[in-house]
Amino acid sequence: MSLPSILIQLLNGLASASSLFLVSAGLSLIFGVTRIVNFAHGSLYMLGLYGAYSLIEALGRTPLGFWSAVILAALVVGLVGVAIEVLVLRRIYRAPELFQLLATFAVVLVIKDVALFAWGPEDLVGPRAPGFGSVEILGKRIPAYDLLLIAIGPVVLGVMRLLLKRTRWGALVRAATQDREMVGALGVDQARLFTSVFFVGAVLAGLGGALQIPREPANLDLDLAVIADAFVVTVVGGLGSLGGAFLAAILIALAKAFCIGIGTVHLFGTEIVFSKLTLVVEFVIMGVVLVLRPYGLRGKKPATPRTSGEIAPALTSPRWQVAACWMVLFLVVPLLGDRYVVVLLTDIACFALFAASLHFIMGPAGMVSFGHAAYFGLGAYAAALLFKRAGLPMEAALLLAPFCAGLFAVVYGWFCVRLSGVYLAMLTLAFAQISWSIVFQWDSFTDGSNGIVGIWPSAWLSDKSVYYYMTLALCGIGIVFLWRVLFSPFGYVLRAGRDSPLRAEALGIDVRSFQWAAFVLAGMLAGLAGAAFAFSKGSISPSSVSIGQSTDGLVMVLLGGVETLTGPVVGAALFTWLRDELARDTQSWRAVLGLVILLIVLLFPQGLVGGLKALIGRWREARA
Amino acid sequence: MLTRNHLFTGAAALVALSLGGPAGAQEPIKIGELNSYKVFSAFLEPYKKGWEMAVEEINASGGVLGRKIEIVSRDDNGNPGDAVRAAEELLSSQKVAFLIGTFPSNVGLAVADFAKQRKTLFIAAEPLTDKIVWEAGNAYTFRLRTSTYMQTAMLIADAVKLNKKRWAIVYPNYEYGQSATAAFKKLLSAKQPGVEFVTEQAPPLGKIDAGAVAQALADAKPEAIFSSLFGADLAKFVREGQQRGVFKGVEVFNLLAGEPEYLDPLKEEAPEGWYVTGYPWSEIKTPEHAKFLAAYQAKYKDYPRLGSVVGYSTVMSAVAAIKKTGSLDQYKLITAMSGLQHMTPFGNVTYRALDHQSTMGAYVGRIAVKDGKGYMKDWRFVDGKDALPSDEEVRKMRPAN
Amino acid sequence: MSAVLQVEGLHKDFGGVRAVVDVSFAVDAGELLALIGPNGAGKSTCFNMLNGQLAPDSGIARLGGRDILGMSPRAIWKLGVGRTFQITATFASLSVRENVQMALYSHAGKLGSLLQRFGAAFTVEADALLDQVGMLEQATRLCGVLAYGDLKRVELAMALANQPRLLLMDEPTAGMAPRERVALMELVARLARARQIAVLFTEHDMDVVFSQADRIVVLDRGRLIAGGKPDEVKANVNVRDVYLGGMA
Ligand SMILES: Nc1ncnc2c1ncn2[C@@H]1O[C@H](COP(=O)(O)OP(=O)(O)O)[C@@H](O)[C@H]1O
Ligand SMILES: [Mg+2]
Repeated sequence: MSLPSILIQLLNGLASASSLFLVSAGLSLIFGVTRIVNFAHGSLYMLGLYGAYSLIEALGRTPLGFWSAVILAALVVGLVGVAIEVLVLRRIYRAPELFQLLATFAVVLVIKDVALFAWGPEDLVGPRAPGFGSVEILGKRIPAYDLLLIAIGPVVLGVMRLLLKRTRWGALVRAATQDREMVGALGVDQARLFTSVFFVGAVLAGLGGALQIPREPANLDLDLAVIADAFVVTVVGGLGSLGGAFLAAILIALAKAFCIGIGTVHLFGTEIVFSKLTLVVEFVIMGVVLVLRPYGLRGKKPATPRTSGEIAPALTSPRWQVAACWMVLFLVVPLLGDRYVVVLLTDIACFALFAASLHFIMGPAGMVSFGHAAYFGLGAYAAALLFKRAGLPMEAALLLAPFCAGLFAVVYGWFCVRLSGVYLAMLTLAFAQISWSIVFQWDSFTDGSNGIVGIWPSAWLSDKSVYYYMTLALCGIGIVFLWRVLFSPFGYVLRAGRDSPLRAEALGIDVRSFQWAAFVLAGMLAGLAGAAFAFSKGSISPSSVSIGQSTDGLVMVLLGGVETLTGPVVGAALFTWLRDELARDTQSWRAVLGLVILLIVLLFPQGLVGGLKALIGRWREARA
Repeated sequence: MLTRNHLFTGAAALVALSLGGPAGAQEPIKIGELNSYKVFSAFLEPYKKGWEMAVEEINASGGVLGRKIEIVSRDDNGNPGDAVRAAEELLSSQKVAFLIGTFPSNVGLAVADFAKQRKTLFIAAEPLTDKIVWEAGNAYTFRLRTSTYMQTAMLIADAVKLNKKRWAIVYPNYEYGQSATAAFKKLLSAKQPGVEFVTEQAPPLGKIDAGAVAQALADAKPEAIFSSLFGADLAKFVREGQQRGVFKGVEVFNLLAGEPEYLDPLKEEAPEGWYVTGYPWSEIKTPEHAKFLAAYQAKYKDYPRLGSVVGYSTVMSAVAAIKKTGSLDQYKLITAMSGLQHMTPFGNVTYRALDHQSTMGAYVGRIAVKDGKGYMKDWRFVDGKDALPSDEEVRKMRPAN
Repeated sequence: MSAVLQVEGLHKDFGGVRAVVDVSFAVDAGELLALIGPNGAGKSTCFNMLNGQLAPDSGIARLGGRDILGMSPRAIWKLGVGRTFQITATFASLSVRENVQMALYSHAGKLGSLLQRFGAAFTVEADALLDQVGMLEQATRLCGVLAYGDLKRVELAMALANQPRLLLMDEPTAGMAPRERVALMELVARLARARQIAVLFTEHDMDVVFSQADRIVVLDRGRLIAGGKPDEVKANVNVRDVYLGGMA
């Protein structure tokens, strides 16, 4: 790269960093005060772009029209943020923190379909910023608008700093970020504070989106693309730190720009395609930062490691009568239903084990994973590769796959258990994304984006019903095994480590080692689920390792309820079945699914099974 | 505890499951269709309109074999796993005669393999990957749309004519972009020895960092660029490239960029002079296209996109196969599909017995701008059969069935 | 007879704050030593260095001949040190009995099992401990719903589970009613004497300190300013000035 090229790529990086910073700043602000991981933040960004597009069309492509449109769009998005807070989140602040994540995920689904309905499926290319042409720097032309963007980042950072330092509102936000309980104790109107924070956070996201209109067509894929980036930036910078988010945005945008700028390099006879690293470079950065600085570049260790306010209830084991009845149902239904019921039940069995294994580390062990698909997907790939490339019999591949997935869990888990809370969750996400991008781009080994086809079960299992019974047996044993473990000394240690790591250490318990082992165990069983899934489909693709697969797992667990054992299984069944039903007959199935989840969230803040248990409990009391 | 409620909800759910599929008597012929409607909605909404119109036309003229046809359509979420499950549901519960559809290459390949496993005819409508008829081809899978290789080959003549030495390449980093790039490099190197590929950029699909990519291409000082970007990636690339003067004095070839799906959103910024494949719908005057266009516009008050033609023609292929077979026997159906000929808005197509690829052609031309809108000028139609490798080469690539 | 715990020259700075300066003292088996001083005197800092949560700047703390400073809390526990926390730390989602059983399992090295049922073993031992601290009736309640004073008792039972040589109790009676405080410390004193456990504790309630402690050391701004039998300390002019006077 020549010097001018380096300089231009530097500017490119800085221009991209601006919007990334705005979105992340909003996310960080909201998290700092409310402890909500707002999945819908990317959707707000997307709405900012769409809003700016429509407003510019309405107000005209003049400088005045353009800038009023950008500002208006940001404000409107701010109001959407307020609506989300008031209509949904306010009602569930008392629920376990993660449940709010589920609610914002449902909001993502709804907003996507609303946008599709309002703006149609086509990409909408906005106008160039009126009055901004290109400028020449060192003989290379660059859009003048990029220079403006570069300036906007620091300006917004400065304004936010002033707001936080100089206003009463800012003081409250800072206090709440440090200690949420304290603000409640000070008698501040928490609801109003939260609403205002959501407004500001959403305005920042909307502004970040609106400012992109000359650079990026408004389209329906932006929400998830942006939220992943914003998560990474927020965490790398350190939760709740605006300056950190700014640094991280620049770091990541620059890294990407330079990967592209460097392009293909030949080193010692091997070809390294740096531009392909753009998919993964941010996650590599996040992984490295979290391993070296567990609270991000500028983040501080939270004052209280765990809010002691809410206590996880005791686990009760499912009654054997209940379990037996379920088993009989699962055994008999295929005899009554048609072939497709069997196929759907096979999926449900696989996902139930997947969800149960996620629940195992997430509930009792208190380690939330945003990247559990890594083990599901790698298990599936291991099975496919052992079968196709190593030529093993299908049965052997199926049984060896969990150990391969477990191997990855050994490595990934070693790093992950050193962290806790959201940081741990994000590190799991980083590992999952790194795995995904390797699977996705290693064409000669994994068949890249195509995935691996032609992995069908052996002849004796080729009948769908037989395969179903085998899957049911495998997954059933897996789930029962996990449940059993939770009531063993090992499982109790996990719960003890979650409740009070301090006390556990003071009793001579090496909490981390137990957590690591739990991670590996969960990884292996997720791998088993993945392998069974792969052979049931005859093919496997990178989407089985994707963020989407991970969030599906989270939704299943949360939908059913983290605090019960049957919750994840019921959640998996319900989610799989619901999505299948809705996708079949409903145009806007995403929105409907989102609304159904919201309804469940609002009615049963402990998840479906937890909620039903509470209801039955109350009914019993009333009768007694 | 919660025994009763547990059981009740469970039983209700399972019963609901098992009541899924009613079986039909002498009812319409059902054809199963799967596609990623939500994920690739820009292309697939017009596609859906296309096949809906075809169904209406067929049924208005009395159907086929004396029965009406019915398309049972499913969304596969752009995910092979979901697609295979949906395909299974279509076959098992809906009792469809066979399968059509799919868009992304990985879903197409997974369903093709499923079709082979279930010994069921599958007409892949959209997936462009060459593998689906070549390296991963099978006896049950046929593909309608002009493939990556064919579209690339159609552009090669112009590329060779320009005789540019230094080429830069940019493609979305997944099967379609990769196979387009591979085909282009192979074909051009063969026709123009000594050609140099000075840089390659493979941005992730839908997430191009256009400024940096455009700059990196320009830094390599190419005389020409071959791109297979589309959708939002294309729009961003075009704008950044123009603002940075990347395309000045550089010839650009871009697969698919002439398709209204991708060209129209660019509006007045459509890059003039680019060599593209596409669909100049307003200027095609053949009687078969005129008829299609009139019907489409009358029905939808909108102009057709390429997807509309593909959707329409896929159903026409399916019907032609049933007509030729006279039954719904899978073996007879695939026998009939081999060498099947029928009319489409793009003229006659044949599903080659050799590799199950249809000979549907495509339009090649250059982008121009008029009244603030991009269009294709100097276009010509290239018949698909003239853009395929020799039978010998195909046999080498395709496994024996 | 030699001391169970012998601390010499313990020192800790936090940035500019000299939290603990050259502190030395010893605790004998069966003896209750009270560490007192005004807020911010450095008591918790001392405790946290002794239980492995804080690394000291310098100093030695010999437990049965081994220097425990700088060891992890886990290792220190394994050497026979039990502790209670200033802010109680128990396993909220486990029952009282299970909390104590956890300590017993850990002591026996039996936590690794995947398939046995937790709670099948050590019931008798756990109940005996709970009986001693007066928590047996509440054995099946979850710790998460207990009153604060009861939690302190559970902590004591857990601390006793590994048959410790030394008990470290940072404000064991904070948050309890006055009468409960005396009762709890009486219990501790009884157990300590019966089992020859050395006890180091901090306490704000002077009634408790002067009625239960065998010896007292006084910290002020990080430094030891006095030490001895309760009566001697009470008579000490220094202590009256900086501490008892300030309190009154
Ligand atoms: N982690 C820390 N960082 C900085 N200063 C600390 C820290 N912990 C305690 N201090 C300071 O050390 C001094 C002693 O505190 P502490 O041991 O908690 O006193 P006590 O327990 O006697 O009330 C106080 O001035 C306190 O502010
Ligand atoms: Mg203290």
